[in-house]
Formats: sequence, C-alpha cells, structure tokens
Amino acid sequence: MQALGSTSLALSTTSLSRRRLLAASAAAGLGATALSACGSSDSGNSSGKTTVEWWNITTTQPAKKLWAQRAREFEAAHPDVTIKIVTLENEAYKSKMTALTTSGKLPDIYHTWGGGVLKQQIDAGLVEDLTDKVSSWTADYVPASLTAYRFDDRTYAVPFDIGMVGFWYNKALFKKAGIASPPTTWSAYLDAVGALKDAGITPIALAGKEKWPGMYYWAYLSMRVAGLDAMRKAAEDADFTAEGFVTAGQHLKDLVKLNPFQKGFLGAAYSTPSGQAAAMGNGKAAMELMGQWAPVVENDAGKGLGDDLGFFPFPAVEGGKGALTEVFGGGGGHAVRKGAPDAALEFLKFFAEKQFAEKLVKETGLIPVSKGARGALTDPNLTAVSDELNKATGFQLYLDQAYAPAVGQEINDSVAALIAGSKSPEQVTRSVTQVAKSEQS
Amino acid sequence: MWGTGRSPGDPAVPTGGPARAPVLHRVRDWLSAFVFTVPALTLFGLLVLVPMGYAGYISFFNWGGFGSLTDAVGFDNYTRLFKDPVFLGDLWRGGLLIGLSVVLQLPFALAVAVLLNQKLRGRAVYRMLFFAPYILSEVITGVLFGMIFAPGDGLADKVLDAVGLGGLGGDWFAGRDTVLPTLFLVMTWKYFGFHMMLYLAGLQGIPAVLHEAARIDGAGSWQRFRHITLPLLAPTLRISVFLSVIYAIQLFDMVWVTTAGGPDHASETMAVSMVQYGFKRFQMGYASAISVVMFLISLVFALAYQRFVLRRDTEGAVTTMRANR
Repeated sequence: MQALGSTSLALSTTSLSRRRLLAASAAAGLGATALSACGSSDSGNSSGKTTVEWWNITTTQPAKKLWAQRAREFEAAHPDVTIKIVTLENEAYKSKMTALTTSGKLPDIYHTWGGGVLKQQIDAGLVEDLTDKVSSWTADYVPASLTAYRFDDRTYAVPFDIGMVGFWYNKALFKKAGIASPPTTWSAYLDAVGALKDAGITPIALAGKEKWPGMYYWAYLSMRVAGLDAMRKAAEDADFTAEGFVTAGQHLKDLVKLNPFQKGFLGAAYSTPSGQAAAMGNGKAAMELMGQWAPVVENDAGKGLGDDLGFFPFPAVEGGKGALTEVFGGGGGHAVRKGAPDAALEFLKFFAEKQFAEKLVKETGLIPVSKGARGALTDPNLTAVSDELNKATGFQLYLDQAYAPAVGQEINDSVAALIAGSKSPEQVTRSVTQVAKSEQS
Repeated sequence: MWGTGRSPGDPAVPTGGPARAPVLHRVRDWLSAFVFTVPALTLFGLLVLVPMGYAGYISFFNWGGFGSLTDAVGFDNYTRLFKDPVFLGDLWRGGLLIGLSVVLQLPFALAVAVLLNQKLRGRAVYRMLFFAPYILSEVITGVLFGMIFAPGDGLADKVLDAVGLGGLGGDWFAGRDTVLPTLFLVMTWKYFGFHMMLYLAGLQGIPAVLHEAARIDGAGSWQRFRHITLPLLAPTLRISVFLSVIYAIQLFDMVWVTTAGGPDHASETMAVSMVQYGFKRFQMGYASAISVVMFLISLVFALAYQRFVLRRDTEGAVTTMRANR
C-alpha cells in the first residue's frame, strides 16, 4: 500500500526535470555554507577597486607560478583591478564546485572541463554567454578545443588546454614483431596484436582496476562504429541499445579474446609502480590507449621510452560510420560567471595573448589551443598529438564529463565486466541504457 | 536510573508539603541529569543521530547530491537493493568473510595465544611481532600487500618462484576467484595478532591452580584445554567473535586500497558499494538505502548477539540495571 502511494508521488514529480530543479534550487540559494567561500568576489572595496576571483586547478609547477605572474602583470596594467587566485586540487575543486553550483554563486572566472557539468550550470542561468565577446580572438583556435564548451552554437568558455586519447606504442617492440607501420584499420590492429603475441611480446598494457582506461576502447569503438551523432543522440534519448553500440562491444570482445593484456591486468592500477604506465614505460608492453599525458606518467612510473615512443590514432573500423580523424579527448577552459565584472573577460583575453600562450606551451607542456602558438611546440610526442587535433574532423568529450556521473560510471563498470568476460556486448548497452533512463527522470 | 535521589522523607530538604515533595525531588534530579548530559547529547545528536535519520530520509528519494529533495520514490531504492546482483553479492561475500574469520582466523589466533602463554624463550618478542601488523593502518597494509601480490613482479610471486613453487603464484588480487582468499589472507595477517592479544589477556586471568589441580588428577593437556581453558576463556571468545563480525560487516579501507571492489565486483563489500554509488555515481538516495541496510544488519546482529550470546557476560551490567534498583 505504502509502495503504491509513493510510486504515484514519484510519477507526479518526474515532470519536473533535473535541470529545472537545479535552476530552482540555485535561485533559492541553497547550500549557504558555500556562499561564504566566494561571497566577496564582486564586492569592490571603498577605494573603487574591482576584485576578480579566479578559481583554477593548476597545482603543479612551473604552471602555478606562471599563472600567478600573469595575474600580477594584469594588475600592473590595470591598477584598479585585483585578481584573487584560488587554486584547488582536482577532486577538492569538483566537490567545492558542486556546492557552489547549488548555491548559485560561482567564482568570476573558473576552471571547467565543459560537457554535462557546464551544461547544468548554463541551464541554471549561472554562466555568461561569451560567443560574441571572444569570437575575435578565438578565431584561430583548433575547432576541437572549443567543442566541449559549445551548446546550441553558443560558446561558454575559453579553452587554454586540449588533448586527446590515442595509442602510444613502443617502436622497438613493433619492429621486433615485424609490424612495418601502425595499423589504421581495426582488422589490421587485431593482426598487429596477433603478431606481437607471436613474437612473445605483451601487446597491450591495461589498468583493469581503475576501469576508465578500459572504457576508452569502448568509447572509441562506439565513435568509429556508431558515429558521433549516434553518441549524442544516445545521450539525449537515454538509449544506448542501438546496433552500433552492440557491434562496438563485439569488436572489443574480439580484442579481449586474443588475450592481449599484461598478466594480472584486472588488478593493475594506472600510475603505480606495477601499473599500466609502468609496464609501458619499462618496455614490458607494446602499447597503451591513453591521453596526451601518457609520456609524462610513463617516465614517472617507469623508465620511459625516449625516442622509441610513438603515437597513432585509434584505427577506423571497416563499415563503421566514424572516421579515423574523429578524436576522443578533453581539455581545460575558463568560464565566466553571469554578472562578473568586465575585468574578468579582459583578463581572459590578456591570459590568451600569443606570447604568453607560447610561454605556457614551452614551459608547462600544454598543447596549444591556438594554431598561432603551434610553433612553440618542441616535444615530438606532443607535436604528434597536436597534429592529430589540428586535423580532427570531429570531437567527442570524455564520457564521464559528457554524460551524467552515474551514466559515465555505469559505462566504466559494464565495460570492465565485458573485458573480464562476465557481460555480453548486449548486456553492456542494456545496463547503460537502464541507468541513463533512471538519471533522465 | 536516578539512583542518587534522596528519599522523600529526607529532613535536609525543605518541602512545600508532604504530597509535593517527591515530585519536586524528581524534577530536580531530572534537571541536574539534563544539565550534565546536555553537551554529550547535543554532540551525539548532531553528529550521529541527525545524520543517521537524514540518511534514512534521503533513502526514500532519488537524489543526485545537490539541489533539494523533491523526487520521492518511496521504497524503490530498497526494492532495487534486493534485485541488485552486486548488493546481493556483497551480502554473500560478507557472510563468507565472517564464516572464514570464525572458522579459520580466530582458531588460529587462539592456537598462537595458547602457545605463547607457555614459558617460551623470547615469547615477548613473538607476541610483539604478531601484534605489530595490527598497529599498521589499513591503508598502509593495503598498499603494502598490493605490491607484494602484484602478479608476476611482486614479492610473493618472486619468492614462490625462487623456492620452486612458481605454480602456486598467480593472479592474487587480480583474479576473480583468487581475490577473496587473498583478501582474507591479508585480513588474517593484520588481525589475528589483535585477537591473539585478547586471548592472551583472557588466558592470564585463568588461575594456574586449576591447571595444577587437573594435572594432579591426571588430566592430559588436551583435556585441560578443553575443560579448563576453553570454558574460562569463553567470555573473551564471545567478544572476539563479535568484534570480528562487526569488522567484516563494515569492511572498507583495505578493499578500497587493494582492489576498489574489483575485479568485476568480486571483492566488493557493502561499504564499497555504498561509496561507489554515493560518491562515484552520485546516486545518494540509493547509497543511503545501502547505508541504512548496513546499519540495520549491524544493529540486529549486535542486539541479538548481546541478548542471546553475551547475556551471561553482561549480567549485572546493562541488562539488570532496573532490577537492581
């Protein structure tokens, strides 16, 4: 009886969408604890000074120092403006921003990865539409770098970093297995895996414990088979059961059947001394599917491969809707709070100036978002990634940022089960759809 | 409860009238009790009772962790719980770990305790060595054994290889069938020393004269263990089983560090599921439902255990307070 009554109650409330709910709660200014955190952001003091609060996640040197320097330079040029920098660690930043979004009071300038979270903030009316204000100086940006921040052809953030996932491979091991050039099709890829195995080499390093590295395979195969439009539509309709997604899972299963991963991969982490990056960096596996940060982590967790390290894009799948030039990745950008002082946008423009962008590329290993700063790249690995990004004809943001957290996690979980052999490709699409549907209500 | 209250006829207390005196006393007793317990009650209420009640309340909603609670779903989260293969697996794995602890870990600890209770050269060193793992934090233990049991490269596999037992090595934490036994091995390594200490303390409390008398009567060592040590150690054993079970129900840290519940949920516990759903998927309602069920299981177990197993040990303490008044 009780259950019946509450079900009808649930039905009546589902009409109120999540997004409107968020807007309503944001307007109501809930989560008062968060307010104190940045309540001072727009309060100019008595001497007529404007304070711009700038939240970022740049905790590593030398980037942190350079960013702070840039803020001081801006203050020197604009004596009436103070830039207040708040730097938080990744996870702390995420949870803090969740609270701030609820309170409806965001920092003037804040770090964003784009995708679903930024969309929620936009729908709640908290983010400034930057389309017309930045178009003049972002015209030469790599198109892929802006995609994550564009909704309905409006731009809501300015990127400063962009990257993508692809195969990092050990040229020496490929040569040893007699593979002349990196594969560009899925069947050639499977052949290469077979050749590596025959040569007694572990073809792929995978961090099974952390799940997200395995998800990259499914995501890329879905992009290649079902296509970018299908992925967008699947998210909108909360339906991942289309045939393309099942076929993608089937392709992944074909790969898993070859037993290509290192011993004990199901328990391996990513960056620990016995993890995926270390196996790759120590030459114990021939390749890994990973983002542009892979060389750094390989050097950190293992010995690093130096000149033997190469990069190739995820192969195209025969008969699939996606192209070899469509990339899967993400980056970082700065969004501006609705109603922030004009100085906030001025600072973003100042921050994006060519000579500073080149400095960041040279000294902090960022991949430039502006084609103009391309010349500053010296690292061959990052140049390879940058070239793929410049050529990109399509872009898919990391699934855990593009989709709701529960959907992203379910994809990670289900794909991990597929790789472990306990879920079929159909079951993966059904589980993901089920979670997506329950999140949509 | 208010045993210190004065008797109604106490001449030192000015009374307004013979009939009202007891009421006044009782009010005053209540008042002083209230004043003394208010700080503790406030903290307990704010930090324990309110969050507990709130978790129970949230468990009836579909809630993403921010915004207000509007999407009431009744008992949906609970019905989903008992159809969720992962959660049902959590229950099964929890039961298995409890069973293994009681059948293997605790008897092992008892055997070591009995051994180290004898006059033995360097027994203090052994006691310290066996107890030492308990001092380590769960996280450090997890990281340590994560390295030791790294398949192929870890210390365990290398040592097994070196002594020609390479066939015994394998996937450890990385295999769906081997992860629970490996986890149990680490749990035993860390906790048997603690139980051993409990038993040692219990054993010291058994008067030596009993053993002497039995020996004079011709009882063998097994008979003495069975008929003197075991019965007199029973209260300690009961407490040790209780602690072991409660630990298994809320097992989290070690699993999170070594496997995060994997591979493919094969080592997931209720607490791990709760964190996965709550802080990875932001399905706070469902995660709260898991926490409520965890709480209920612990509560029912604790009450039943106290009522039926610990009754003799706590006699005169909690259970008979009213009767003693």
